Amino acid sequence: MKKLVLLSIITLASTFAFSQKEARPIPSANIKNLDGETVNTKKFNNEGKPMIINFWATWCTPCKRELNNIADVYDDWVEETGVKLIAISIDDSRNAGKVAPYVNGKGWDYEVYIDANQDFQRAIGFQNPPFTAVIDANGQIVWTHSGYVEGDEEKLYEIVKKVAAGEKIDHK
Amino acid sequence: MKLNKRTLFLFVIGLLTSNISFSQGFDDVMSRGQVHGNFQMDMQYYQEDSLIGATNVPEDLLMNGFANINYTNGNFEAGFRYESYLNTMLGFPPNYKGNGIGYRYASFTNEEMKVTVGNYYEQFGNGLIFRSYEARGLGLDNAMDGIRINYKIAEGLNVKGIIGKQRFYFETGEGIVRGVDGELMVNDFFGGSLKESKTKLTIGGSFISKFQADQDSKYNLPENVGASAGRLTLRRGKVSFNGEYAKKINDPNSDNNFIYKEGQAFFAETVYSTKGFGITLSAKGVDNMSFRSDRTASETDLQINYLPALTRQHTYNLLATLYPYATQPNGEVAFQGELIKKFKKKTLLGGKYGTSILINYSTVFNIDSTALPASDTSEIGYESNLFAIGDEKYYEEINVEISKKFSKKIKATFTYSNLMFNQAVVQGKTPQDHPDIYANIGVVDVTYKINKKHAIRTEIQGLFTEQDKQDWGTVLIEYTYSPHWFIAVMDQYNYGNKKSNERIHYYFASAGYSKGTNRIQLGYGRQRAGIFCVGGVCRNVPAASGLTLSITSSF
Repeated sequence: MKKLVLLSIITLASTFAFSQKEARPIPSANIKNLDGETVNTKKFNNEGKPMIINFWATWCTPCKRELNNIADVYDDWVEETGVKLIAISIDDSRNAGKVAPYVNGKGWDYEVYIDANQDFQRAIGFQNPPFTAVIDANGQIVWTHSGYVEGDEEKLYEIVKKVAAGEKIDHK
Repeated sequence: MKLNKRTLFLFVIGLLTSNISFSQGFDDVMSRGQVHGNFQMDMQYYQEDSLIGATNVPEDLLMNGFANINYTNGNFEAGFRYESYLNTMLGFPPNYKGNGIGYRYASFTNEEMKVTVGNYYEQFGNGLIFRSYEARGLGLDNAMDGIRINYKIAEGLNVKGIIGKQRFYFETGEGIVRGVDGELMVNDFFGGSLKESKTKLTIGGSFISKFQADQDSKYNLPENVGASAGRLTLRRGKVSFNGEYAKKINDPNSDNNFIYKEGQAFFAETVYSTKGFGITLSAKGVDNMSFRSDRTASETDLQINYLPALTRQHTYNLLATLYPYATQPNGEVAFQGELIKKFKKKTLLGGKYGTSILINYSTVFNIDSTALPASDTSEIGYESNLFAIGDEKYYEEINVEISKKFSKKIKATFTYSNLMFNQAVVQGKTPQDHPDIYANIGVVDVTYKINKKHAIRTEIQGLFTEQDKQDWGTVLIEYTYSPHWFIAVMDQYNYGNKKSNERIHYYFASAGYSKGTNRIQLGYGRQRAGIFCVGGVCRNVPAASGLTLSITSSF
């Protein structure tokens, strides 16, 4: 009996098994740009070049450390791979007004949006920021990572370079 | 279970063959389906610790865990969250008990319309009259359970309609919440030359009403309570403005001591920013705006609206956890200003790598009000003017944060804060023996990068005050090995406490391993409540003593 139940679960799961192994498209959610206009995440586009989607918040110290460290080398990354970084702030109305000054104040050249009620965060599916996803030429999420410690941007850039060169990504 | 072996066997065979035998079309549809989810589990083995007031936990071990599973296929989405509290960890609302499905939904998008049935989270404007959201780390979840329709009437014009009950642990509250919100993005809607205009304008309006039967024998309570709000966002080049005003009809409830006064609130924010410089000025007023779908609910239960504090949200442990301000929904006026400036590389103040400075000032007062005498028959309790500042200060803080990179290997952040905290009002303590707290806080955060993968970070924090528990000191040392490992030790010492037997060390050691989206963290020690950032992740934690294990994952 138990074996049968197990078998049926495996069978059910097999229906979805292929899609799980494959990358997935950017999920759909409505977020705001810094002009206060609603934008759907399906519209993210970098003309066939890789994208990085990074979730952060003005109250999250490691998030800011990560984006500030990347900002130091971002020009080189863009020049070498054409990558675009999209920074999604999950600040709610308490801090949403501090996002644009912080971004400009730090001189970030990223595309910035605000996910004030965490709709996009829920659609991607993670709990604690920072959270990073790399998107390939076909708009598929091919790599994700949560947390940030000093030096993690090196690993991220390795992945971006592979994606830019059209190589397969495995999680190591 | 009525299923016998044979039926089950047939079912399995059926499923097996279904994978191959269904029509091509069905296979095509199924192959586009995607299942994704995430998981988190926190477990703590508790130790009795009379010194910090941690009492014996009968279960010894407590656990909170959950997994979100979402299925998407084209325009269709469905999912659920399984939650497990065996038993609820200390510091979380104890009403979470056992296992259950805390959230489940299905939704589809058809042309201009999106329909969601089951649970959903939603926010109207800044949330002054409606915000349904979750903060899992705090055990806060007021998800709606009902129906939501999002409709795009035209380019630039969106309408949302909601109806439902609010989540109340594994049940729903008895009140019904319904409402509608419209938002017009003027530039997109009118198109033409406006679309290219440098001035961007968005206006919105919303209405929310709650219904709860009146079963009170003494008072005649309003069963339907309506609230409405209007807002606008205006941006031109470097300047933007965001404002919202909300009004609520009389809503006697346990927060306002069952008075029949109307409520109102406003929020206004002006932002200026340009490369290397930014400034935010904001103001907020709240008068009798507690809004819940059950008039007798308390704490964070069944809140319909969202009134965040207009103060800086800190992350350094002492600043974030000792005297955090919380909005007083019965009445307050608050102001905040924040300035950020980056001094360029190779300038006097910028040095070789550039320097950043952030200054934040915030202050909160009561509203100017006059209590009505007991003989008054209007039952509105008091008269007030939302825009008039009272004479009692609830909170005031100025803080300065300077970030500087000294070399390729060393960078540091220096923070100084001076604050005043009205503990009697904010924490509901007796004013006689709980005077206002005046504190100075300093934090030095230094990162030393040994090489590309190895780094050491230290935090030294000091908090100095004559009141409350007097002086505190904290030292944190964190060693990280990118991309997988971290180890950290921290000691927080209440060395200045006037009562020498309460000079407590809050020590904590933790280590973690992460790979991709899997993350395992082990900790041991005493922990204060609040936002706790360690090993590169920030989360809200309750106070406790013992051994903790956290696992997070997503797929």
